[in-house]
Amino acid sequence: MSLPAFATLLERLTFTPGRNAKLALLREWFATQPDPDRGIGLAALTGELVFRAAKPGMVRELVAARSDPVLFALSYDYVGDLAETVALIWPARAGINAPPPGLAEVVEAMEATPKAELPALIAGWLDALDANGRLALIKLVTGGLRVGVSARLAKTALADWAGQEVAEVEEVWHGLAPPYLDLFAWLEKQGPRPSAEDRPVFRPLMLAHPLEAPDYAGISGATHRAEWKWDGIRVQLCAAPSGRALFSRGAEEISGGFPEILEAMDFHAVLDGELLVMRANGEGIEVAPFADLQQRLNRKLVSAKMQAAYPIGVRLYDILFDGAEDLRALPFDARRARLEAWFARTRPARMDLSEVIPFTELTELELLRAGARAAAIEGLMLKRADSPYLAGRQKGAWWKWKRAPLGIDAVLMYAQRGHGKRSSFYSDFTFGLWRPDGEGGRELVPVGKAYSGYTDQELLWIDRWIRNNTTARFGPVREVAKSLVLEVIFDAAQRSGRHKSGVALRFPRIARLRTDKPVEEADELATLEALIVGEEA
Amino acid sequence: MPHPQTWMRVTPQGLYCVPGDFFIDPARAVPRAIVTHGHADHARPDHDHVLASDATLAIMRTRMGEGRAGRTQQVAPMGEVIHHNGVDIRLVPAGHVLGSCQVVLDWQGSRIVISGDYKRRPDPTCLPFEPVTCDVFVTEATFGLPVFRHPDPADEIARLLHSLRLFPDRAHLIGAYALGKAQRLIALLRQAGWDRPIFLHGALLALCGLYEGFGVKLGPLEPVPLPQKRGAGGLLAGEVVLAPPGAEATAWVRRLADPVICAASGWMRVRQRAKARGVELPLILSDHADWDELLATTAEVQAPEIWVTHGRDDALVHALALRGIKGRALYLLGRGEEDEEPAAEPVAEASA
Repeated sequence: MSLPAFATLLERLTFTPGRNAKLALLREWFATQPDPDRGIGLAALTGELVFRAAKPGMVRELVAARSDPVLFALSYDYVGDLAETVALIWPARAGINAPPPGLAEVVEAMEATPKAELPALIAGWLDALDANGRLALIKLVTGGLRVGVSARLAKTALADWAGQEVAEVEEVWHGLAPPYLDLFAWLEKQGPRPSAEDRPVFRPLMLAHPLEAPDYAGISGATHRAEWKWDGIRVQLCAAPSGRALFSRGAEEISGGFPEILEAMDFHAVLDGELLVMRANGEGIEVAPFADLQQRLNRKLVSAKMQAAYPIGVRLYDILFDGAEDLRALPFDARRARLEAWFARTRPARMDLSEVIPFTELTELELLRAGARAAAIEGLMLKRADSPYLAGRQKGAWWKWKRAPLGIDAVLMYAQRGHGKRSSFYSDFTFGLWRPDGEGGRELVPVGKAYSGYTDQELLWIDRWIRNNTTARFGPVREVAKSLVLEVIFDAAQRSGRHKSGVALRFPRIARLRTDKPVEEADELATLEALIVGEEA
Repeated sequence: MPHPQTWMRVTPQGLYCVPGDFFIDPARAVPRAIVTHGHADHARPDHDHVLASDATLAIMRTRMGEGRAGRTQQVAPMGEVIHHNGVDIRLVPAGHVLGSCQVVLDWQGSRIVISGDYKRRPDPTCLPFEPVTCDVFVTEATFGLPVFRHPDPADEIARLLHSLRLFPDRAHLIGAYALGKAQRLIALLRQAGWDRPIFLHGALLALCGLYEGFGVKLGPLEPVPLPQKRGAGGLLAGEVVLAPPGAEATAWVRRLADPVICAASGWMRVRQRAKARGVELPLILSDHADWDELLATTAEVQAPEIWVTHGRDDALVHALALRGIKGRALYLLGRGEEDEEPAAEPVAEASA
């Protein structure tokens, strides 16, 4: 009965917005499903299941043989999704009493069955399933499962279920393959801890706390080291004789999108660093704004043109393993010395070292931080000189000290209901700025969307204000009277061809409600344009 | 024998019986109306004379207020023939909601059955649909697409009970129409063994009371309590709460403990409909015939001609043609308001 059970899990995950609820659903799956199906289900959810997928066209042909073309067209037009239309319209056949297939059975048969026999095989399964089961099957065999379960979430659920630390699960994860029999055996205390030696496996990252004013007193050059905080994406480079891999901060492998980095990883080490678009500019290297890096993200394949237009590099700031030697227990200073020695010895292409900024007192850094307007600098990192490399967010060991945000006073234009706990609140706000309307007057143009930054009390207030000031409705979106000013803060403004205003904001959030401010005094678009990095007057 | 088209006309107000001089489910106030059931798109206020089942008349009085449910009201006992201007009128059960009827009209040897809204699944809260052979069968087609095949209601209730076990610290808020769906859902929960009190939004209380008055046992029902203080939440963890669709979008819902938003409707079959409403647990539970039942019913009544009042008439007329039956879309105005998924309209706070 495992495919129907999997279909039920998929359906609930699809509709469940809450993280805790997703975790509960996954825990139940691990607890109630037998091997190997639970592992195959896990792999299917996290996108690690690899098998020869069927083409959507084949499913289309199957349904065409069993339905009237006019009725199918009307149905497809209404439902909008091919797999779902097929799952719903598939006619039940009298006298079918074959049991529904198991997950493992489906995956094995997809690999083993000759291509010519696949349509009959899939049709037979569809006959044995109900509508939910058919939808899960079609999505599975055509490789179209998208349910919003990250590897990180799945690992957290596994750890919760088994009473283990997530870091422990992550350590062993990348050495394993579906259906993870040895992983489940270990988590159920039926087998040894799977070994990850010598394979390119992800090691949990050390994370930083935001530095707030009360923490300032504890920071000085005697105990801490400072580095720039670059606005790229955090990566871990793992290279061993048995293979190479590039992992994102969330432990997803992103090797495929950055072949030039993989090629440069001609060494045996595990390194921590920032993935950036780096361009040579005469005397040195210039880091491009995040918008440039974004062009390279979430790509499975990358063209040579793309590689040339957005040259990728890694700025290294820590070393976890030198060869097979685990350095994580060493203090930061000792690891830094090892990193520098390793770098001098290895000289890897496309990589450089994160600069250590000398300082005595925090006040010196404060000046530096305020003066740093380079596009790709987010602020500073402060690391305790004696801190070992520990998994997760260790209080007091690493700090991130972000540059003061930029701000504008914008006008609330549209509001949208949130999801989950916020489904009864208008919690997503589109705001705009003034610009000339070409006829001697001014008009508002939307510049961004924010759904955080406010307190619970403020949210209650805005929600009520929106309900009382709605001028039009478009599904879940309300247009409101243009009379409320919001102070919006953000980390950077960038040029964007995709936004009507021509500007995109990075991490916009609501800082304050400016009920005191008349709407005419909200900022103009030109004020925001002046804040775009690299275009300062 | 006169063709039904000669004595039953489509007018802007709805279907009009010429020799009887009355309308069936008229969309506006008329001198004489027969009302099939109490949903707002069939039962309108302020007719001069209304003929309907006793339950439908009671529902109309509850929903519209005494003065607006017809100046004069006439109860048509189920199954009994009423002679009027040479037309024989008979009401037979439609299985849609409490009091819902089909209208069987005979005139000079010709018979039309106007089925109103109907379903074919067993429903402990109303009498089952009774097929009547006829010359013209007038049907709805709310779920007139082959993608709509309602699952077994018991399976849907089992999914709800499973969720209650999995999330014992969350309230389960189910959006359900005040007339019919809410009571059927309660009755199905009772059949499945859920004997705890079921908590009701204020907008559902009156009609549940009316059902009980007609002998439909719903078990212990309680109004959703007020929050301890304004804005406080955390109420009714592990309990079933029923409210009209859209209540989940209002401030009313904030008193509930991290609610699992459920909706009970045939539309929940299509994921995009559930997604758009932010439903976390869609329950496919409908008081209308699904595709297979529409086709089976039109065959069962043996009518050579089928008229389709509202819904997906295009698909149903096409499917009937494939079976050699003449279908005709009536394009009645003002139908489907109660059955269409409404925009998430705020429910009046006062009704909480």
